[in-house]
Amino acid sequence: MTGPSDGQASGTVDTIVIGAGHTGLAISHCLSERSIEHVILERGEIANSWRHERWDSLTLLTPNWQSRLPGYAYSGDDPDGFMAMPDVIGFIDAYAALCEAPVHAQTTVTSLRCHSGAYTVATDKGDWHSRSVVVASGACNLASVPKVCDSVPKDIDTVTPHDYRNPGQLRDGKVLVVGASATGLQLADEIHRSGRSVTIAVGEHVRMPRTYRGRDIQWWMHAAGVLDEGLDDVDDINRARNLPSPQLVGSHDKQILDLNAMTGAGMKLVGRLMGFQDGIAQFSGSLKNVCALADLKMRRLLDTIDEWSAVSPGAATFEPPERFERTRVDAAPCLVLDLRDEGFETVLFATGYRPDYSWLDIPVLDRKGKIRHDEGVITVPGLYVIGLPFLRRRKSSFIHGTEDDARYITGHLESFLSSQDSQ
Amino acid sequence: MSEETSVNNGVNVAALLEAREALTQTPEAALFKWRASCNWENGTHSSSTVESFFGLGEEQKHVREFTFDADHPEVFASADKGATPVEMVLVGLASCLTAGIASVAQHRDIQLNSVKATIEAPMDIQGILGIDSDVRNGFEGVTVKYEIDADASQEDIEALVAQSQKRSAVFDIVTNPTNVTVEVNSTG
Repeated sequence: MTGPSDGQASGTVDTIVIGAGHTGLAISHCLSERSIEHVILERGEIANSWRHERWDSLTLLTPNWQSRLPGYAYSGDDPDGFMAMPDVIGFIDAYAALCEAPVHAQTTVTSLRCHSGAYTVATDKGDWHSRSVVVASGACNLASVPKVCDSVPKDIDTVTPHDYRNPGQLRDGKVLVVGASATGLQLADEIHRSGRSVTIAVGEHVRMPRTYRGRDIQWWMHAAGVLDEGLDDVDDINRARNLPSPQLVGSHDKQILDLNAMTGAGMKLVGRLMGFQDGIAQFSGSLKNVCALADLKMRRLLDTIDEWSAVSPGAATFEPPERFERTRVDAAPCLVLDLRDEGFETVLFATGYRPDYSWLDIPVLDRKGKIRHDEGVITVPGLYVIGLPFLRRRKSSFIHGTEDDARYITGHLESFLSSQDSQ
Repeated sequence: MSEETSVNNGVNVAALLEAREALTQTPEAALFKWRASCNWENGTHSSSTVESFFGLGEEQKHVREFTFDADHPEVFASADKGATPVEMVLVGLASCLTAGIASVAQHRDIQLNSVKATIEAPMDIQGILGIDSDVRNGFEGVTVKYEIDADASQEDIEALVAQSQKRSAVFDIVTNPTNVTVEVNSTG
């Protein structure tokens, strides 16, 4: 262990890591490799969000062989399977034990301040001081819900993925799922299977087949270098960082989770939820275009994969290219719905997550409430962030993307500390 | 000159990208106000003008005033001195999407040779005549058909048109609800 003992509730170290999820632990591992003294402050338990803030059936979008962190990798007998939440928690718990990570659990950070290069992290247990801080508190602390949520008729329940656990907690009536990313479609699918009638309000989304040419899509994106794409490889980094999660689910039967599968199972599609007028829900007339955009974008991804595979050493072993049916959309999708008259009892807002920086008292947020950073390096010297979508590369959003980011950030951090030492 | 810069659809993409960058830094300058004034002439004939607008933090003007006559056709017992207002909506949508196609094509280095849109919108006028309250006043739907000749694949052309819809103001105005406030100042 490279930090004060677990019993200590305050003190001074070189680095404070906020959050003991997989990114905070990976940072800790890399700091220990560099013999940088640090503590990890964790509001709850190790892997707290995975443990307490996700729905029961959630599985990782990445296959087990991709589950790896610095100095640690999946070693089970099902490399092509997908971890359920108990597996993820076990995986991260084991990592923390392996790293002997100096985690101070049940320690909630209430404030982070910086004065003349000295950081003070106030917690509900005591104050910590350091020369550097890594924010590893996660990208998915709070449900991000559009304003229109406030206009849902009062006798209809509104639920977010943050409080949703399983269909059993919902009333029996129809459910409007708002959002068609991984979360929206996974939850729509299981709610539909529970016997409830489901309508999905579809905005912009990312369509992706689970398997392509006989292999997992993540294998292709990894092999073709798509997951390694960095800031210079995309036109607009803000757009890349704000992309909804791809329509994937990690299931043993390699289920394809796209809108055609949803409508094939009997669910209905409407456009993006725009508002309510006299209690009547109004949907955008742009459904066809958002589907066309996603279909075209998926084709470009498959083209990229095919171009790569044609010149790769394994070319002869791959199954032939496939193309998927375009998203089927009704000629005239429904534009208005009287939710009460139609028997809806729940609106589930699967409209994304956002980080919680309510404790962050250093002015580093942009006007949209996001941390301004350059590949995880914040303009305030000694302050870093990890675990955000496309932090440095497309894979930054995934567990296996953590290693590169953690090594880069701890390398930068070590140089920063030694430059201070030499002054 | 490289092959890429030889694409010319008459759109100054560099200026647009510069403006986008500048407005990202100063979002308040991105707040525009569009205006038109409309004067009743006679019968269903009205004459509208546009000239001033607000943007980039100050009052702006078109290079000159533009005038639009609107009326209804003779089958409505009108004098047909101009397009119907609903046709003007179609013109607005088609011209907005077309401008978007040119801009996106320029940005993506696609040379356009010709772009032609035809737009059609069915409407049951039992709505506006108050015959059947279940029939809405507006269009039942709008169909835009593009014929595009460009130095690009069918797929790239489809992507142009899709992206243009995604970024179009009038597409948004037509497909999504907007609060409308009408105030009256009586001087009788």
